[in-house]
Amino acid sequence: MTLSETQSPLLRICALTKRFGGFTALHSVSVDIRPGERFGLIGPNGSGKTTLINCISGAFRTEPGTILFRDEDITRLQPHMRTRRGIARSFQIPRPFRSMTVAENLMVALDFAAGEHVSMTQRRDTMMSILDQMGLGSKVNASTTRLSQVELRKMELARAMATRPKLLISDEAMAGLSSSEVDEVLDLLLSLASRDITIIMIEHIMQAVMRFSERVMCLDAGRIIAIGTPSEVMADKRVQEAYLGT
Amino acid sequence: MKRDGIAFWTGAVVFLAAVLVMTQVVGNQYPFFAGYVILQSIALAVAWSILGGYAGYVNFGTSAFYGVGVYASVFLVSAFGAPLPVQILTGAAIGAVMGLALGLLTLRMQGIFFSIATIALTIVIETTVTNWRYVGGAAGIQIQRPAVTPPFDSYVQMLFFVQAVLVVLAVAISRYIHNSWIGRGLQALRDDELAAECTGVPTLRLKLLACVISGALMCAVGAPAAMYLQYADPGSAFNLNYSVTTLAMSLIGGTAHWAGPIIGAILLGTTQQVLTVTISSEVNLLVLGLMLVLFVVGAPEGIVGLIYKLRGNQKEGEI
Ligand SMILES: Nc1ncnc2c1ncn2[C@@H]1O[C@H](COP(=O)(O)OP(=O)(O)OP(=O)(O)O)[C@@H](O)[C@H]1O
Ligand SMILES: [Mg+2]
Repeated sequence: MTLSETQSPLLRICALTKRFGGFTALHSVSVDIRPGERFGLIGPNGSGKTTLINCISGAFRTEPGTILFRDEDITRLQPHMRTRRGIARSFQIPRPFRSMTVAENLMVALDFAAGEHVSMTQRRDTMMSILDQMGLGSKVNASTTRLSQVELRKMELARAMATRPKLLISDEAMAGLSSSEVDEVLDLLLSLASRDITIIMIEHIMQAVMRFSERVMCLDAGRIIAIGTPSEVMADKRVQEAYLGT
Repeated sequence: MKRDGIAFWTGAVVFLAAVLVMTQVVGNQYPFFAGYVILQSIALAVAWSILGGYAGYVNFGTSAFYGVGVYASVFLVSAFGAPLPVQILTGAAIGAVMGLALGLLTLRMQGIFFSIATIALTIVIETTVTNWRYVGGAAGIQIQRPAVTPPFDSYVQMLFFVQAVLVVLAVAISRYIHNSWIGRGLQALRDDELAAECTGVPTLRLKLLACVISGALMCAVGAPAAMYLQYADPGSAFNLNYSVTTLAMSLIGGTAHWAGPIIGAILLGTTQQVLTVTISSEVNLLVLGLMLVLFVVGAPEGIVGLIYKLRGNQKEGEI
Protein backbone atom coordinates (compact mmCIF):
# COMPACT_ATOMS: atom_id res chain seq x y z
CA MET A 1 0.00 0.00 0.00
CA THR A 2 1.35 3.37 -0.94
CA LEU A 3 1.37 6.32 1.36
CA SER A 4 -1.25 8.19 -0.65
CA GLU A 5 -3.69 5.28 -0.35
CA THR A 6 -3.42 5.13 3.39
CA GLN A 7 -3.86 8.88 3.51
CA SER A 8 -6.98 8.97 1.34
CA PRO A 9 -9.76 10.43 3.49
CA LEU A 10 -12.80 8.43 4.51
CA LEU A 11 -15.05 11.43 4.10
CA ARG A 12 -14.24 14.49 2.04
CA ILE A 13 -16.47 17.54 2.15
CA CYS A 14 -15.74 20.08 -0.56
CA ALA A 15 -17.07 23.63 -0.56
CA LEU A 16 -20.39 22.67 0.96
CA THR A 17 -23.00 25.38 1.20
CA LYS A 18 -26.46 25.08 2.67
CA ARG A 19 -29.09 27.77 2.45
CA PHE A 20 -32.52 27.95 4.04
CA GLY A 21 -34.27 30.52 1.90
CA GLY A 22 -32.16 33.63 2.17
CA PHE A 23 -30.30 32.39 5.24
CA THR A 24 -26.98 30.64 4.69
CA ALA A 25 -26.43 28.05 7.41
CA LEU A 26 -23.15 26.71 5.97
CA HIS A 27 -20.70 28.80 3.97
CA SER A 28 -18.51 26.73 1.68
CA VAL A 29 -17.35 24.24 4.31
CA SER A 30 -14.47 21.94 3.33
CA VAL A 31 -12.96 19.28 5.54
CA ASP A 32 -11.45 15.79 5.29
CA ILE A 33 -12.09 13.09 7.87
CA ARG A 34 -9.41 10.39 8.00
CA PRO A 35 -10.21 6.72 8.41
CA GLY A 36 -10.30 5.71 12.06
CA GLU A 37 -10.22 9.29 13.28
CA ARG A 38 -11.96 10.57 16.40
CA PHE A 39 -13.24 13.91 15.26
CA GLY A 40 -14.85 16.48 17.52
CA LEU A 41 -17.23 19.06 16.11
CA ILE A 42 -17.96 22.07 18.28
CA GLY A 43 -19.49 25.50 17.91
CA PRO A 44 -22.03 27.72 19.64
CA ASN A 45 -25.77 27.16 19.30
CA GLY A 46 -27.02 27.65 15.79
CA SER A 47 -23.55 27.53 14.26
CA GLY A 48 -24.52 24.81 11.77
CA LYS A 49 -23.25 21.58 13.34
CA THR A 50 -26.48 19.65 12.99
CA THR A 51 -27.01 21.14 9.55
CA LEU A 52 -23.62 19.81 8.49
CA ILE A 53 -24.40 16.29 9.58
CA ASN A 54 -27.85 16.50 8.00
CA CYS A 55 -26.03 17.22 4.77
CA ILE A 56 -23.60 14.35 5.30
CA SER A 57 -26.37 11.87 6.12
CA GLY A 58 -28.54 13.08 3.26
CA ALA A 59 -31.44 14.53 5.20
CA PHE A 60 -30.76 17.87 3.48
CA ARG A 61 -29.95 18.40 -0.16
CA THR A 62 -27.00 20.66 -0.70
CA GLU A 63 -26.76 23.01 -3.62
CA PRO A 64 -23.14 23.82 -4.29
CA GLY A 65 -20.64 21.40 -2.83
CA THR A 66 -19.73 17.74 -3.01
CA ILE A 67 -19.42 14.97 -0.48
CA LEU A 68 -17.13 12.03 -1.15
CA PHE A 69 -17.29 8.92 0.99
CA ARG A 70 -14.53 6.36 0.39
CA ASP A 71 -13.77 8.12 -2.88
CA GLU A 72 -17.36 7.85 -4.09
CA ASP A 73 -19.46 10.92 -4.80
CA ILE A 74 -22.51 10.55 -2.55
CA THR A 75 -23.81 14.11 -2.91
CA ARG A 76 -26.96 13.02 -4.71
CA LEU A 77 -27.65 9.79 -2.84
CA GLN A 78 -30.75 9.36 -0.71
CA PRO A 79 -30.15 8.92 3.04
CA HIS A 80 -30.79 5.18 3.06
CA MET A 81 -28.19 4.65 0.34
CA ARG A 82 -25.65 6.53 2.41
CA THR A 83 -26.54 4.45 5.46
CA ARG A 84 -25.96 1.30 3.43
CA ARG A 85 -22.60 2.63 2.33
CA GLY A 86 -21.60 2.99 5.96
CA ILE A 87 -22.68 6.35 7.32
CA ALA A 88 -24.77 6.14 10.50
CA ARG A 89 -25.95 8.84 12.83
CA SER A 90 -27.79 9.56 16.03
CA PHE A 91 -30.15 12.49 16.43
CA GLN A 92 -29.78 15.48 18.70
CA ILE A 93 -33.36 14.96 19.85
CA PRO A 94 -33.68 11.15 19.94
CA ARG A 95 -35.91 9.71 17.22
CA PRO A 96 -36.64 6.12 18.20
CA PHE A 97 -39.29 4.10 16.39
CA ARG A 98 -41.83 4.66 19.12
CA SER A 99 -44.22 1.84 18.40
CA MET A 100 -41.40 -0.67 18.65
CA THR A 101 -39.35 -2.38 21.30
CA VAL A 102 -35.61 -1.83 21.56
CA ALA A 103 -35.05 -5.15 19.80
CA GLU A 104 -37.33 -4.19 16.93
CA ASN A 105 -35.59 -0.84 16.54
CA LEU A 106 -32.32 -2.66 15.99
CA MET A 107 -33.96 -5.22 13.75
CA VAL A 108 -34.90 -2.45 11.31
CA ALA A 109 -31.24 -1.63 10.96
CA LEU A 110 -30.26 -5.28 10.63
CA ASP A 111 -32.98 -5.92 8.03
CA PHE A 112 -32.22 -2.96 5.84
CA ALA A 113 -28.67 -1.84 6.29
CA ALA A 114 -26.49 -4.65 7.53
CA GLY A 115 -26.34 -6.20 4.06
CA GLU A 116 -25.83 -9.88 3.26
CA HIS A 117 -28.45 -12.51 3.81
CA VAL A 118 -27.95 -13.64 7.33
CA SER A 119 -30.17 -15.98 9.26
CA MET A 120 -32.61 -14.84 11.90
CA THR A 121 -30.58 -16.42 14.68
CA GLN A 122 -27.42 -14.72 13.48
CA ARG A 123 -29.19 -11.39 13.44
CA ARG A 124 -30.51 -11.99 16.96
CA ASP A 125 -26.97 -12.74 18.10
CA THR A 126 -25.62 -9.58 16.48
CA MET A 127 -28.40 -7.58 18.05
CA MET A 128 -27.77 -9.00 21.51
CA SER A 129 -24.05 -8.43 21.30
CA ILE A 130 -24.56 -4.80 20.29
CA LEU A 131 -27.08 -4.26 23.09
CA ASP A 132 -24.79 -5.89 25.64
CA GLN A 133 -21.92 -3.76 24.49
CA MET A 134 -24.11 -0.69 24.95
CA GLY A 135 -25.26 -1.85 28.37
CA LEU A 136 -28.83 -2.25 27.17
CA GLY A 137 -28.96 -6.03 27.37
CA SER A 138 -31.70 -6.00 29.99
CA LYS A 139 -33.90 -3.71 27.88
CA VAL A 140 -34.21 -5.85 24.75
CA ASN A 141 -37.96 -6.21 24.97
CA ALA A 142 -38.69 -2.87 26.56
CA SER A 143 -40.85 -0.45 24.63
CA THR A 144 -38.85 2.61 23.57
CA THR A 145 -41.44 4.83 25.23
CA ARG A 146 -40.30 3.50 28.60
CA LEU A 147 -36.62 4.27 28.26
CA SER A 148 -34.82 6.91 30.28
CA GLN A 149 -32.90 9.69 28.55
CA VAL A 150 -29.52 7.88 28.72
CA GLU A 151 -31.09 4.66 27.58
CA LEU A 152 -32.63 6.43 24.60
CA ARG A 153 -29.26 7.88 23.65
CA LYS A 154 -27.64 4.49 23.94
CA MET A 155 -30.46 2.90 21.96
CA GLU A 156 -29.87 5.37 19.14
CA LEU A 157 -26.17 4.59 19.14
CA ALA A 158 -26.97 0.88 19.21
CA ARG A 159 -29.36 1.23 16.29
CA ALA A 160 -26.75 3.17 14.38
CA MET A 161 -24.18 0.49 15.18
CA ALA A 162 -26.52 -2.20 13.90
CA THR A 163 -26.24 -0.70 10.41
CA ARG A 164 -22.54 -1.64 10.58
CA PRO A 165 -21.21 1.82 9.96
CA LYS A 166 -17.73 2.82 8.94
CA LEU A 167 -18.52 6.37 10.01
CA LEU A 168 -20.65 7.09 13.06
CA ILE A 169 -21.90 10.60 13.70
CA SER A 170 -23.10 11.32 17.20
CA ASP A 171 -25.10 14.52 17.57
CA GLU A 172 -24.91 15.65 21.20
CA ALA A 173 -25.49 12.20 22.61
CA MET A 174 -24.48 13.52 26.02
CA ALA A 175 -26.68 16.60 26.23
CA GLY A 176 -28.76 16.69 29.38
CA LEU A 177 -27.08 13.70 31.01
CA SER A 178 -25.57 13.56 34.50
CA SER A 179 -21.79 13.58 34.73
CA SER A 180 -21.56 9.86 35.41
CA GLU A 181 -23.83 9.20 32.45
CA VAL A 182 -21.67 11.43 30.28
CA ASP A 183 -18.67 9.29 31.19
CA GLU A 184 -20.60 6.15 30.38
CA VAL A 185 -21.53 7.36 26.90
CA LEU A 186 -18.03 8.71 26.32
CA ASP A 187 -16.51 5.36 27.22
CA LEU A 188 -18.91 3.71 24.81
CA LEU A 189 -17.87 5.98 21.97
CA LEU A 190 -14.19 5.42 22.78
CA SER A 191 -14.67 1.68 22.76
CA LEU A 192 -16.41 1.90 19.37
CA ALA A 193 -13.57 4.04 18.04
CA SER A 194 -11.11 1.39 19.16
CA ARG A 195 -12.89 -1.02 16.84
CA ASP A 196 -11.95 0.85 13.74
CA ILE A 197 -15.06 2.98 13.48
CA THR A 198 -14.50 6.57 12.51
CA ILE A 199 -16.49 8.86 14.74
CA ILE A 200 -17.63 12.45 14.42
CA MET A 201 -18.78 13.63 17.80
CA ILE A 202 -20.77 16.83 18.20
CA GLU A 203 -20.68 18.00 21.78
CA HIS A 204 -21.00 21.05 23.96
CA ILE A 205 -19.37 19.44 26.99
CA MET A 206 -15.75 20.50 26.63
CA GLN A 207 -14.11 17.94 28.92
CA ALA A 208 -15.73 15.22 26.83
CA VAL A 209 -14.57 16.80 23.58
CA MET A 210 -11.02 17.19 24.92
CA ARG A 211 -10.85 13.63 26.17
CA PHE A 212 -12.37 12.11 23.07
CA SER A 213 -11.05 13.96 20.06
CA GLU A 214 -7.85 13.55 18.11
CA ARG A 215 -8.87 16.56 16.08
CA VAL A 216 -11.44 19.26 16.72
CA MET A 217 -13.23 21.60 14.34
CA CYS A 218 -15.10 24.66 15.48
CA LEU A 219 -17.94 26.14 13.47
CA ASP A 220 -19.31 29.62 13.96
CA ALA A 221 -22.17 31.05 11.94
CA GLY A 222 -21.71 28.39 9.30
CA ARG A 223 -17.95 28.85 8.83
CA ILE A 224 -14.98 26.86 10.08
CA ILE A 225 -13.14 29.15 12.44
CA ALA A 226 -10.59 26.67 13.75
CA ILE A 227 -9.43 23.13 13.15
CA GLY A 228 -6.58 21.23 14.80
CA THR A 229 -5.69 19.33 17.93
CA PRO A 230 -8.03 19.91 20.87
CA SER A 231 -5.58 22.09 22.72
CA GLU A 232 -4.82 24.18 19.63
CA VAL A 233 -8.49 24.81 19.02
CA MET A 234 -9.23 25.64 22.65
CA ALA A 235 -6.35 28.10 22.66
CA ASP A 236 -7.64 29.83 19.53
CA LYS A 237 -8.76 33.40 20.13
CA ARG A 238 -11.69 33.22 17.75
CA VAL A 239 -12.98 30.06 19.35
CA GLN A 240 -12.86 31.66 22.77
CA GLU A 241 -14.64 34.72 21.42
CA ALA A 242 -17.30 32.64 19.72
CA TYR A 243 -18.01 30.83 22.96
CA LEU A 244 -17.94 33.93 25.10
CA GLY A 245 -20.43 35.36 22.68
CA THR A 246 -18.96 38.66 21.57
CA MET B 1 -42.95 -18.58 13.50
CA LYS B 2 -43.19 -21.95 11.77
CA ARG B 3 -45.96 -23.18 14.03
CA ASP B 4 -47.89 -19.95 13.51
CA GLY B 5 -47.70 -20.51 9.78
CA ILE B 6 -49.15 -24.00 10.06
CA ALA B 7 -51.93 -22.75 12.34
CA PHE B 8 -52.72 -19.93 9.94
CA TRP B 9 -52.91 -22.06 6.83
CA THR B 10 -54.90 -24.74 8.63
CA GLY B 11 -57.33 -22.04 9.65
CA ALA B 12 -57.51 -20.74 6.07
CA VAL B 13 -58.22 -24.20 4.64
CA VAL B 14 -60.86 -24.93 7.28
CA PHE B 15 -62.47 -21.56 6.56
CA LEU B 16 -62.61 -22.16 2.80
CA ALA B 17 -63.88 -25.72 3.31
CA ALA B 18 -66.63 -24.44 5.59
CA VAL B 19 -67.61 -21.84 3.00
CA LEU B 20 -67.70 -24.48 0.29
CA VAL B 21 -69.81 -26.81 2.39
CA MET B 22 -72.14 -23.94 3.19
CA THR B 23 -72.71 -23.26 -0.51
CA GLN B 24 -73.61 -26.90 -0.99
CA VAL B 25 -76.01 -27.37 1.92
CA VAL B 26 -77.66 -23.98 2.51
CA GLY B 27 -80.51 -23.45 0.10
CA ASN B 28 -81.64 -20.00 1.17
CA GLN B 29 -79.91 -17.30 -0.91
CA TYR B 30 -80.05 -14.52 1.67
CA PRO B 31 -77.05 -15.64 3.78
CA PHE B 32 -74.91 -15.53 0.65
CA PHE B 33 -76.08 -12.07 -0.32
CA ALA B 34 -75.37 -10.73 3.15
CA GLY B 35 -72.23 -12.80 3.64
CA TYR B 36 -70.77 -11.58 0.37
CA VAL B 37 -70.94 -8.00 1.57
CA ILE B 38 -69.24 -8.86 4.85
CA LEU B 39 -66.49 -10.81 3.10
CA GLN B 40 -65.99 -7.92 0.73
CA SER B 41 -65.66 -5.57 3.71
CA ILE B 42 -63.05 -7.80 5.30
CA ALA B 43 -61.01 -8.00 2.13
CA LEU B 44 -61.16 -4.24 1.60
CA ALA B 45 -60.25 -3.45 5.21
CA VAL B 46 -57.32 -5.85 5.12
CA ALA B 47 -56.10 -4.45 1.80
CA TRP B 48 -56.50 -0.88 3.02
CA SER B 49 -54.49 -1.49 6.18
CA ILE B 50 -51.36 -2.41 4.21
CA LEU B 51 -50.87 1.23 3.27
CA GLY B 52 -53.22 2.99 5.68
CA GLY B 53 -52.30 0.96 8.74
CA TYR B 54 -48.78 -0.39 8.44
CA ALA B 55 -47.40 2.67 6.66
CA GLY B 56 -49.77 5.15 8.28
CA TYR B 57 -50.72 6.79 4.99
CA VAL B 58 -54.46 7.32 5.36
CA ASN B 59 -55.98 6.59 1.99
CA PHE B 60 -59.45 7.91 1.21
CA GLY B 61 -59.27 6.39 -2.26
CA THR B 62 -60.72 2.96 -1.44
CA SER B 63 -63.82 3.77 -3.47
CA ALA B 64 -61.64 4.79 -6.43
CA PHE B 65 -59.86 1.43 -6.44
CA TYR B 66 -63.03 -0.51 -5.74
CA GLY B 67 -64.95 1.33 -8.45
CA VAL B 68 -62.19 0.84 -10.99
CA GLY B 69 -62.31 -2.88 -10.17
CA VAL B 70 -66.07 -2.88 -10.77
CA TYR B 71 -65.76 -1.04 -14.06
CA ALA B 72 -62.81 -3.11 -15.24
CA SER B 73 -65.18 -6.08 -15.05
CA VAL B 74 -68.02 -4.17 -16.67
CA PHE B 75 -65.78 -3.34 -19.59
CA LEU B 76 -64.30 -6.83 -19.90
CA VAL B 77 -67.72 -8.42 -19.83
CA SER B 78 -69.33 -6.07 -22.32
CA ALA B 79 -66.37 -6.11 -24.68
CA PHE B 80 -65.19 -9.72 -24.55
CA GLY B 81 -67.55 -11.59 -22.28
CA ALA B 82 -64.49 -12.32 -20.12
CA PRO B 83 -64.87 -14.98 -17.41
CA LEU B 84 -64.70 -14.14 -13.69
CA PRO B 85 -61.07 -15.14 -13.07
CA VAL B 86 -59.95 -12.93 -15.96
CA GLN B 87 -61.99 -10.06 -14.53
CA ILE B 88 -60.36 -10.43 -11.13
CA LEU B 89 -56.82 -10.77 -12.45
CA THR B 90 -57.22 -7.82 -14.80
CA GLY B 91 -58.71 -5.83 -11.94
CA ALA B 92 -55.66 -6.65 -9.81
CA ALA B 93 -53.28 -5.63 -12.59
CA ILE B 94 -55.07 -2.33 -13.18
CA GLY B 95 -55.17 -1.71 -9.44
CA ALA B 96 -51.43 -2.29 -9.20
CA VAL B 97 -50.71 0.21 -11.97
CA MET B 98 -53.15 2.66 -10.42
CA GLY B 99 -51.48 2.22 -7.04
CA LEU B 100 -48.10 2.88 -8.57
CA ALA B 101 -49.34 6.00 -10.32
CA LEU B 102 -51.09 7.29 -7.20
CA GLY B 103 -47.98 6.55 -5.18
CA LEU B 104 -45.62 8.31 -7.54
CA LEU B 105 -47.89 11.33 -7.63
CA THR B 106 -48.69 11.62 -3.97
CA LEU B 107 -46.43 9.66 -1.65
CA ARG B 108 -43.94 12.49 -1.39
CA MET B 109 -46.69 14.39 0.39
CA GLN B 110 -47.25 13.61 3.99
CA GLY B 111 -50.20 13.29 6.29
CA ILE B 112 -53.32 15.19 5.38
CA PHE B 113 -52.04 16.20 1.93
CA PHE B 114 -51.78 12.60 0.87
CA SER B 115 -55.31 11.92 2.13
CA ILE B 116 -56.72 14.90 0.25
CA ALA B 117 -54.97 13.82 -2.93
CA THR B 118 -56.60 10.40 -2.69
CA ILE B 119 -60.05 12.00 -2.42
CA ALA B 120 -59.27 14.09 -5.48
CA LEU B 121 -58.28 10.93 -7.33
CA THR B 122 -61.64 9.35 -6.54
CA ILE B 123 -63.51 12.34 -7.90
CA VAL B 124 -61.41 12.49 -11.08
CA ILE B 125 -61.92 8.81 -11.84
CA GLU B 126 -65.61 8.85 -11.02
CA THR B 127 -66.12 11.82 -13.33
CA THR B 128 -64.24 10.08 -16.09
CA VAL B 129 -66.32 6.93 -15.82
CA THR B 130 -69.54 8.95 -15.61
CA ASN B 131 -68.68 10.39 -19.01
CA TRP B 132 -67.71 7.10 -20.56
CA ARG B 133 -70.70 6.04 -22.67
CA TYR B 134 -69.46 2.57 -23.50
CA VAL B 135 -69.83 1.41 -19.89
CA GLY B 136 -73.20 3.09 -19.44
CA GLY B 137 -72.23 6.60 -18.35
CA ALA B 138 -74.11 8.17 -15.45
CA ALA B 139 -77.19 6.01 -15.98
CA GLY B 140 -75.34 2.79 -15.28
CA ILE B 141 -75.34 -0.51 -17.09
CA GLN B 142 -77.05 -3.88 -16.82
CA ILE B 143 -74.83 -6.96 -16.79
CA GLN B 144 -75.75 -10.50 -17.82
CA ARG B 145 -74.39 -13.29 -15.67
CA PRO B 146 -73.11 -16.29 -17.59
CA ALA B 147 -74.07 -19.82 -16.60
CA VAL B 148 -72.83 -20.89 -13.19
CA THR B 149 -69.85 -23.24 -12.89
CA PRO B 150 -70.34 -26.51 -10.99
CA PRO B 151 -70.22 -27.47 -8.15
CA PHE B 152 -72.18 -24.30 -7.42
CA ASP B 153 -75.95 -24.11 -7.89
CA SER B 154 -76.31 -20.38 -8.00
CA TYR B 155 -74.09 -17.53 -9.13
CA VAL B 156 -74.28 -15.74 -5.79
CA GLN B 157 -73.07 -18.86 -3.99
CA MET B 158 -70.14 -19.02 -6.36
CA LEU B 159 -69.35 -15.32 -5.85
CA PHE B 160 -69.54 -15.88 -2.11
CA PHE B 161 -66.89 -18.58 -2.39
CA VAL B 162 -64.74 -16.47 -4.73
CA GLN B 163 -64.85 -13.54 -2.31
CA ALA B 164 -63.85 -15.92 0.51
CA VAL B 165 -60.80 -16.90 -1.55
CA LEU B 166 -59.97 -13.22 -2.03
CA VAL B 167 -60.24 -12.70 1.72
CA VAL B 168 -57.80 -15.52 2.38
CA LEU B 169 -55.44 -14.13 -0.25
CA ALA B 170 -55.60 -10.60 1.17
CA VAL B 171 -55.09 -11.81 4.73
CA ALA B 172 -52.20 -14.07 3.70
CA ILE B 173 -50.45 -11.20 1.93
CA SER B 174 -51.10 -8.76 4.76
CA ARG B 175 -49.87 -11.27 7.32
CA TYR B 176 -46.75 -11.98 5.31
CA ILE B 177 -46.00 -8.27 5.05
CA HIS B 178 -46.67 -7.72 8.73
CA ASN B 179 -44.28 -10.46 9.78
CA SER B 180 -41.51 -9.68 7.31
CA TRP B 181 -38.89 -7.03 6.75
CA ILE B 182 -41.41 -5.13 4.62
CA GLY B 183 -43.72 -4.72 7.58
CA ARG B 184 -40.88 -3.68 9.85
CA GLY B 185 -39.78 -1.09 7.31
CA LEU B 186 -43.31 0.28 6.94
CA GLN B 187 -43.74 0.46 10.69
CA ALA B 188 -40.42 2.27 10.99
CA LEU B 189 -41.33 4.88 8.39
CA ARG B 190 -44.74 5.27 9.96
CA ASP B 191 -43.06 6.12 13.26
CA ASP B 192 -40.42 8.42 11.81
CA GLU B 193 -39.59 8.75 8.16
CA LEU B 194 -36.21 10.45 8.53
CA ALA B 195 -35.03 8.08 11.23
CA ALA B 196 -36.14 5.19 9.01
CA GLU B 197 -34.16 6.51 6.04
CA CYS B 198 -31.10 6.97 8.23
CA THR B 199 -31.46 3.38 9.40
CA GLY B 200 -31.31 2.17 5.82
CA VAL B 201 -35.02 1.92 4.99
CA PRO B 202 -35.80 2.90 1.37
CA THR B 203 -38.94 4.71 2.44
CA LEU B 204 -40.27 5.83 -0.93
CA ARG B 205 -39.84 2.41 -2.50
CA LEU B 206 -41.53 0.67 0.43
CA LYS B 207 -44.46 3.09 0.36
CA LEU B 208 -44.86 2.51 -3.35
CA LEU B 209 -44.81 -1.22 -2.80
CA ALA B 210 -47.49 -0.93 -0.13
CA CYS B 211 -49.57 1.30 -2.40
CA VAL B 212 -49.29 -1.14 -5.31
CA ILE B 213 -50.22 -4.20 -3.26
CA SER B 214 -53.04 -2.42 -1.47
CA GLY B 215 -54.40 -1.01 -4.74
CA ALA B 216 -54.20 -4.32 -6.57
CA LEU B 217 -56.12 -6.07 -3.81
CA MET B 218 -58.83 -3.41 -3.56
CA CYS B 219 -59.41 -3.49 -7.31
CA ALA B 220 -59.51 -7.28 -7.31
CA VAL B 221 -62.10 -7.19 -4.53
CA GLY B 222 -64.25 -4.79 -6.57
CA ALA B 223 -64.08 -6.88 -9.74
CA PRO B 224 -66.71 -9.54 -8.85
CA ALA B 225 -69.14 -6.88 -7.58
CA ALA B 226 -70.39 -6.18 -11.10
CA MET B 227 -71.56 -9.77 -11.33
CA TYR B 228 -72.91 -9.71 -7.80
CA LEU B 229 -75.18 -6.73 -8.46
CA GLN B 230 -75.74 -7.50 -12.18
CA TYR B 231 -75.66 -3.77 -12.53
CA ALA B 232 -73.15 -0.95 -12.15
CA ASP B 233 -73.39 2.80 -11.98
CA PRO B 234 -70.66 5.32 -11.12
CA GLY B 235 -72.59 6.76 -8.18
CA SER B 236 -72.63 3.49 -6.27
CA ALA B 237 -69.39 1.94 -7.55
CA PHE B 238 -67.39 5.01 -6.51
CA ASN B 239 -69.50 5.76 -3.45
CA LEU B 240 -67.35 7.49 -0.83
CA ASN B 241 -69.01 5.21 1.71
CA TYR B 242 -66.58 2.46 0.77
CA SER B 243 -63.67 4.71 1.69
CA VAL B 244 -65.15 5.77 4.99
CA THR B 245 -66.41 2.35 6.04
CA THR B 246 -63.18 0.61 5.12
CA LEU B 247 -61.12 3.13 7.02
CA ALA B 248 -63.40 2.85 10.03
CA MET B 249 -63.23 -0.93 10.02
CA SER B 250 -59.44 -0.96 9.91
CA LEU B 251 -59.03 1.66 12.58
CA ILE B 252 -61.66 0.20 14.90
CA GLY B 253 -60.08 -3.22 14.56
CA GLY B 254 -56.60 -1.76 14.97
CA THR B 255 -53.70 -1.92 12.58
CA ALA B 256 -50.93 -2.99 14.92
CA HIS B 257 -51.69 -6.60 14.00
CA TRP B 258 -52.86 -8.11 10.73
CA ALA B 259 -55.94 -9.55 12.43
CA GLY B 260 -57.19 -6.09 13.46
CA PRO B 261 -58.95 -5.15 10.21
CA ILE B 262 -60.60 -8.57 10.09
CA ILE B 263 -62.01 -8.09 13.58
CA GLY B 264 -63.12 -4.56 12.74
CA ALA B 265 -64.74 -5.57 9.46
CA ILE B 266 -66.62 -8.50 10.98
CA LEU B 267 -67.81 -6.39 13.89
CA LEU B 268 -68.88 -3.40 11.82
CA GLY B 269 -69.99 -5.34 8.75
CA THR B 270 -72.27 -7.59 10.78
CA THR B 271 -73.66 -4.69 12.76
CA GLN B 272 -74.44 -2.88 9.53
CA GLN B 273 -76.14 -5.91 8.01
CA VAL B 274 -78.24 -6.42 11.09
CA LEU B 275 -79.19 -2.74 11.22
CA THR B 276 -80.08 -2.69 7.53
CA VAL B 277 -82.45 -5.59 8.02
CA THR B 278 -83.97 -4.56 11.34
CA ILE B 279 -84.10 -0.76 11.07
CA SER B 280 -82.85 0.92 7.92
CA SER B 281 -79.65 1.46 5.99
CA GLU B 282 -79.64 5.14 7.01
CA VAL B 283 -78.94 4.21 10.63
CA ASN B 284 -75.69 2.60 9.47
CA LEU B 285 -73.93 5.87 8.99
CA LEU B 286 -75.00 7.11 12.40
CA VAL B 287 -73.77 3.96 14.10
CA LEU B 288 -70.53 4.08 12.13
CA GLY B 289 -69.95 7.66 13.22
CA LEU B 290 -70.72 6.89 16.84
CA MET B 291 -68.40 3.89 16.91
CA LEU B 292 -65.58 5.87 15.32
CA VAL B 293 -65.91 8.64 17.89
CA LEU B 294 -66.05 6.09 20.67
CA PHE B 295 -62.87 4.40 19.51
CA VAL B 296 -60.94 7.55 18.71
CA VAL B 297 -61.60 8.73 22.26
CA GLY B 298 -61.48 5.45 24.16
CA ALA B 299 -59.16 3.20 22.18
CA PRO B 300 -57.21 5.04 19.49
CA GLU B 301 -55.24 1.88 18.73
CA GLY B 302 -58.42 -0.06 18.07
CA ILE B 303 -59.46 -3.42 19.44
CA VAL B 304 -56.04 -4.92 18.84
CA GLY B 305 -54.49 -2.04 20.74
CA LEU B 306 -56.85 -2.70 23.65
CA ILE B 307 -55.87 -6.34 23.69
CA TYR B 308 -52.17 -5.44 23.72
CA LYS B 309 -52.74 -3.05 26.56
CA LEU B 310 -54.60 -5.69 28.55
CA ARG B 311 -51.77 -8.12 28.01
CA GLY B 312 -49.40 -5.53 29.43
CA ASN B 313 -47.36 -4.54 26.39
CA GLN B 314 -46.46 -8.15 25.81
CA LYS B 315 -45.85 -7.93 22.09
CA GLU B 316 -43.83 -11.09 21.73
CA GLY B 317 -45.24 -14.40 20.64
CA GLU B 318 -48.14 -13.17 18.53
CA ILE B 319 -49.91 -15.23 15.92
N1 LIG C 1 -34.77 23.03 8.52
C1 LIG C 1 -34.33 24.30 8.74
N2 LIG C 1 -34.98 25.34 8.18
C2 LIG C 1 -34.54 26.61 8.39
N3 LIG C 1 -33.49 26.93 9.14
C3 LIG C 1 -32.81 25.93 9.73
C4 LIG C 1 -33.20 24.57 9.57
N4 LIG C 1 -32.34 23.79 10.26
C5 LIG C 1 -31.48 24.62 10.85
N5 LIG C 1 -31.74 25.91 10.53
C6 LIG C 1 -30.97 27.09 10.96
O1 LIG C 1 -29.61 26.88 10.64
C7 LIG C 1 -28.78 27.35 11.69
C8 LIG C 1 -27.87 26.23 12.14
O2 LIG C 1 -28.64 25.30 12.88
P1 LIG C 1 -28.06 23.96 13.43
O3 LIG C 1 -29.18 23.16 13.94
O4 LIG C 1 -27.20 23.33 12.42
O5 LIG C 1 -27.17 24.48 14.63
P2 LIG C 1 -26.32 23.65 15.66
O6 LIG C 1 -24.92 24.08 15.50
O7 LIG C 1 -26.60 22.21 15.54
O8 LIG C 1 -26.87 24.23 17.02
P3 LIG C 1 -27.15 23.48 18.42
O9 LIG C 1 -25.88 23.47 19.16
O10 LIG C 1 -28.15 24.35 19.09
O11 LIG C 1 -27.66 22.13 18.13
C9 LIG C 1 -29.68 27.88 12.76
O12 LIG C 1 -29.75 29.28 12.63
C10 LIG C 1 -31.02 27.26 12.47
O13 LIG C 1 -32.06 28.13 12.83
MG1 LIG D 1 -27.48 20.79 16.69
